[in-house]
Order: sequence, then C-alpha cells, then structure tokens
Amino acid sequence: MKSLFFGGVHPEGRKELSADAPLTAMALPARLAVPLRQHIGAPCKPLVAVGDAVRMGQKIGDGEGLCVPVHAPVSGVVEAIEDRPHPSGGACPAIVIKNDFLDTPDPAVRPAANPDQLTPDELITILHDAGLAGMGGAAFPTDVKARTGMGRTETLILNACECEPYITADDALLRARPGDVLRGLALLARILDPKRIVVGMEDNKPEAAGQVKEALKDYPNVELKLLPTRYPQGAEKQLIQAVTGRQVPSGGLPKDAGCAVFNAATAYAACRAVYEGMPLIERVVTVTGEGVNQPRNLAVRVGTSFQEVVAAAGGLADDVWKVLSGGPMMGVAQGDLSVPVTKAVNAVVCLSSAQNGESDDPVCIRCGKCLEVCPIRLEPLYLYRFANAGDLDALKRLHLTDCIECGCCAYACPGKVPLVEGFRKGKLALKEGAK
Amino acid sequence: MNLTVSASPHIRGKDTTRRLMLDVVIALIPALIAGIVLQGPRAALVAAVCVATALLGELLVNLVLRKRSTLPDGSAAVTGLLLALTLPASVPYWVAAIGGLFATVVVKGLCGGLGQNTFNPALGARAFLMLLFPACLTRFPALGAALSLGGLSPADVVTGATPLHHMQMPALPDASLAEMFLGRIGGCIGETSALALLIGCGWLLFRRVISVRIPAAYLGTVAVLTLVFPKGDSPILWMAYSLLGGGVLLGAIFMATDYATSPVGPVAQIVYGVGCGALTVVFRYTGLFPEGVTYAILLMNAAAWLLDRYLAPTRYGGRKEAAQ
Repeated sequence: MKSLFFGGVHPEGRKELSADAPLTAMALPARLAVPLRQHIGAPCKPLVAVGDAVRMGQKIGDGEGLCVPVHAPVSGVVEAIEDRPHPSGGACPAIVIKNDFLDTPDPAVRPAANPDQLTPDELITILHDAGLAGMGGAAFPTDVKARTGMGRTETLILNACECEPYITADDALLRARPGDVLRGLALLARILDPKRIVVGMEDNKPEAAGQVKEALKDYPNVELKLLPTRYPQGAEKQLIQAVTGRQVPSGGLPKDAGCAVFNAATAYAACRAVYEGMPLIERVVTVTGEGVNQPRNLAVRVGTSFQEVVAAAGGLADDVWKVLSGGPMMGVAQGDLSVPVTKAVNAVVCLSSAQNGESDDPVCIRCGKCLEVCPIRLEPLYLYRFANAGDLDALKRLHLTDCIECGCCAYACPGKVPLVEGFRKGKLALKEGAK
Repeated sequence: MNLTVSASPHIRGKDTTRRLMLDVVIALIPALIAGIVLQGPRAALVAAVCVATALLGELLVNLVLRKRSTLPDGSAAVTGLLLALTLPASVPYWVAAIGGLFATVVVKGLCGGLGQNTFNPALGARAFLMLLFPACLTRFPALGAALSLGGLSPADVVTGATPLHHMQMPALPDASLAEMFLGRIGGCIGETSALALLIGCGWLLFRRVISVRIPAAYLGTVAVLTLVFPKGDSPILWMAYSLLGGGVLLGAIFMATDYATSPVGPVAQIVYGVGCGALTVVFRYTGLFPEGVTYAILLMNAAAWLLDRYLAPTRYGGRKEAAQ
C-alpha cells in the first residue's frame, strides 16, 4: 500500500477486546468531580458555590480568553470546590456535585429555535456555550477552531480514524449514531463553507464504515475515505497529509494548509448542542485492555471517576499493570483512580503486566528505526541524546518542538529507549530556556 | 493495587537488540559455511577463536567499567564473527585472538561501547592486525590446500594469489566469473563466496535489519567507477571481477551497514555508501595492498555523524513551499 503519510507503525490493534461491545449508558455515580480545566487554554472560574443546587446541563464554570464553559453533568448539590487529581497529570480545581439522581434539566437545555436558519456566528456561539472542545484528546476549544477556519478552509475533515490501539469509542459511536455524527459535520460545514468534505476512517472498522456509507446517502457532497490502518493516521497533521497530500507548515495550524479537522465525537457533540440544546456533559469512553475484566463502550457523564468506570467494566484484573487515560501510544498512566473522566478522555485502557515491554537498561544501538517510523521525519535518536545532554541549541536545530509525541520512535526502538520521555524533558528545558 | 506510572508509549514493538544481532548472525552463517567448505575446518576454528576472544574482551570491559553484562545482547559475538570472516584461514590463532580482544576492548568498549563507538570494531581490529602482522593477513593458502588444524608448517603457508592480486598487475584473474561468484578462489574466510553473502544480504533485507541504501550505493559506486575507469580491454568484465573479488560484498553488506558506525539519515546513508565505494576503488587503484575496503569503510565511519548532521531529512512541514 502506498504511504499516505510519513513513517508510522503497526502496533497490534487489540480492538477486538471491545469492538463488539455495544454502546451502553453507564449507571450514574453518586458523586461527580467536574474539573475546571478540560480544554487547552485558560481554566474556568466556578459560577456556583458550595451548597448550591444545580441542574443537569447548567453552566457551572466559565472564563475569559481561550476558554469554554463547563456544565453540571447531573442535577444535585455542589458539595465541594477543591483540587482534585486530573487525568492529564497534576491537580486541578474541580466542582464536586452530589447527584440527586433526578437528572432535572436546566431550563437552558432546549433545542435551537430554527436550527437550519442559524448563521455561522450563531452556530459558533452555541458550540462555545455548550462547552465543546476537541474530543480526540487535545481538547482545543471547538468554537475557536471553527472561527479561525472560516473563509480559509478548503477541506473539512471528520477524523474517524481512531488509530490508537485498543480504543473503540468513535467506532461504537459511529455504529450507534452515524446520522447524528454526520448532522454535526454538516453544521461544521455550514460554518466553514469548505470546497471538500471528507470523512477519514481507517479500514479496520468495516461495520462502522458501512453505517457511515449508508448514512452518507443523505450527504452527496461528503466523501468517505478509507485509509490503510497505520498509526498515527488520526494525528491531525498526518490525517491532513493522508487526505490532501498537503503538509501543515512547521509551527503552523491546519488552517495554514487550508484544512480543518474535527473528531467524530466532537461532531456528535455539536449535533446535540444545536438540535437538543445539550451541552457537552457526556461522552463515549472505551474501557478496555487485558487488565480489565469486561471491556465496554460506555456513555459516561463528565466527572465520573475512573474507579467507577472501571467498576462498570467488571473491575480490574489481578495482573493489571497500568491504567491509562487514553490509548497505549499517547495516553497518560494514572496512579490514582479517583481522577475524573473529562471531555478529552476517550478511553480508560487497562494494561496487564504481559504488555510491559519496558527495559531497565535501555541502549541506543543507532539502528535508525526511530527515523524510519517518525511521521514528522525528525531524528529521534539525536533529539534524545541532546535532550539528555541539555543541549538546547541542538534541540532547536533539530526541531524538537515539531515532535507530536506520537510514540512511534519509542515503540519501534529495539533498545527500548524511552525517547518520548526524553523529548518532554527537552521541551520543558527549551521553554525554561526561552524565559 | 500497585499501578505503574511511566511515560508513553505504554506498549513496545517486538524488535529487540538481541533479535537484531541474532538476525545478523543468521545472515552470516552462509558465508561462514562457504568459508569452512571451501577452505577447510581451520576456518571454523579461526572463527571460534575470534568469537571467544571478542566475548572475553567484552566481558573484561564490563568488569573493569562495572557495567551490566552486555554479552547477552549478542553484539560482541557478531563482532567476533565479522572479524573472523575478514581473516585468511591460515592466520595464526594467536593473531586472531589479538584481533578479537582488540575489537571489543579498544575499538568498541573504550570508545563508548554498544552504539557509541566511532569505528567498526571488526574492521578496526583488522586494520590493527594489518599494521602489526601484514604477512599473516595478506597471504592466503592456495585453494584446496589442506591446512593443519594446529600450528602451521612452512608447507602450509605456500600461498596462492587471490584474484585481487592479479587485478593489481593489472590483469583479469584466471578464475572464471562463476568460480568467483561461488567462491572457488583464494581469499579471506568470509569474502570469497558472493552467493553466500548475497543470501545473507537477502535475509537482512527481508528481516528489515538493514535498508538497501548503503549496500546499493556502495556497490553501485564501485560498479560505475570500475566501468568508467577500467583496466584492460573489457570494462564490463573488469567491473564484474571488481565487484566479486576481495571484500567489497562483505564490506558493503555487513560492515558498512554496522549500526553504530554508519549514518541513520536516508540521504546521509546514500552519500556514505557512495563515499565507501569511491574510496575503495581509489585505494585499490593506488594503494600498496590490493584491497581497500577496510580503510575505505573506516574513513567513512569517521564521517558518519557529520553526514547525519548536514544531510538531515526534510521534516514534515519544514519545506519553504509548505509554508505557502
């Protein structure tokens, strides 16, 4: 198969663990902790106080600048506003809500009056007020992405690749609600007015692809592009290259290549925001891996703890080794399962010790496999060396900041060198050096 | 519950250093077998001495530098085997032993160890032996001579000229191209059978241990230069004998592709291969000895990191046009 993007690897998919599990709503927990930072940008400030009653879908946090609001995922009472561990690492203030199990909706939760007459500006406002942020992992505010792409988007791409091993959240969503995902995509198309609209999927999800194909009969101007399965196909820059052949300039954004990319789950959230008035308080999470007993695809309210999500999937297996927020290539290992699901958490992957391929004694043998698999065509072995040596000039010369931390290099490394860990250190050193 | 927290990625590919080294050993087996079949059982003993002393050298370095044992990764065994293949079957065992020790102690261990050494350990050791004991390395037993397994008597050392000796005259060798291809000629243990070396090359490519870039650039350059600057009447024949004679194939497939001492960038690898090929031809045409592969590769080894630095790949989004 012709290479559609540079480099890449073929890790074992392991999607069969959860691929057949239908999308089911998870039982609501008694307490939910809604972090005030669930997107890239400025954190929200709480709009409620301890003791306040809140309704499902009520805006409970908002902020200025690059920021989208957060909403109460259930109705109940605010029990605390305090620092809680965050799945992307560290701690973050969160609003803890005691669930009254009534799910009384907020009056603001109502469909837009004339959804098909809304102007792009009005649509963008709805996306913002619904708290939409990219649900593929990066959590960039959706309204900002849509606004900056207005008037310069030639190709609008729906990212349904789900290239990370194990994860089947988008797959389950596309099988269950293909029409709603495409309705969301059509809304985004109305904002961006692109020349070309493409649904990008990897060819390892035949059932979802069939559903999408069927649903696309209502959208003759949208093409479905099945791409040969290869990680990291679903990384924004790689998907743009695979679909359009273009490259996003170094340091630039997709709009600089005339593209806008939205995750399938984000498009679905856009559909619900406009047609139901429902803010982003629920998302699909795949709970899977050899380290969990009954892999599931669950619709989970934001703020539900990993502990409870894992319990809903039959609990952890005895030989569990790591619990990840996200997939095994780019996910974050969790030490404390009280962390809540956020808008960006598409999976809780539980690996067992059989998956442990780390080495106590990593050695670079200069085999160059890291170069071959790097989708940015960087030189990982030299970057790692200079990151460890703290040689900031060399790191700049070799463009460390272009690294997307996809993990292909470390995956391919026969010496089991923890390259990505080194790059993060190097990036931190570059940031500090710039100050 | 004890959950491990470490950096992504959390899964790793199946390749290991050990597996790669094992693949190199597998790829070298045809050449070793050809050497033993064509030159007698003494070749096997020379190989055993080289591997044993290379491992011993690695062990000594580990002990003195208090490093973890690196014997299991297999790289020292590969070094020993490669060195043996560059020696005549008639080489005294003690010379082979010095070579094995020098390779892993000095050229590899004291220059940083696995992945860090600048020069190919096997070729570095061969160059060292050439300096001290040129007679042992440049005289080859006549083909079919029954070498005794113990100490060599003067009768054993009656040497036959290799095809390369003829070519230095210059003249085309007596051996036919078919004999050259199969290895029925004088030469070092592992260099004579082109067929065996190509089988090994196929394995390395199939297992993706190496890319074709360095060997292709190396052999292509030798082919072009010998075709353009032939000695004698037939440029094509001259080119064919140049490719099949001496250690060009062994060097291009197994030595120039050594991970630690060759560049990693695709363009850098091609330039490196071209450099190896050009220097090999220059040394063969003008040098004192008929062979030039060892020094050609060692010189290019020194340039490997420099080539990587100045011939880095163009990264995604790095081209000027990409920015508009």
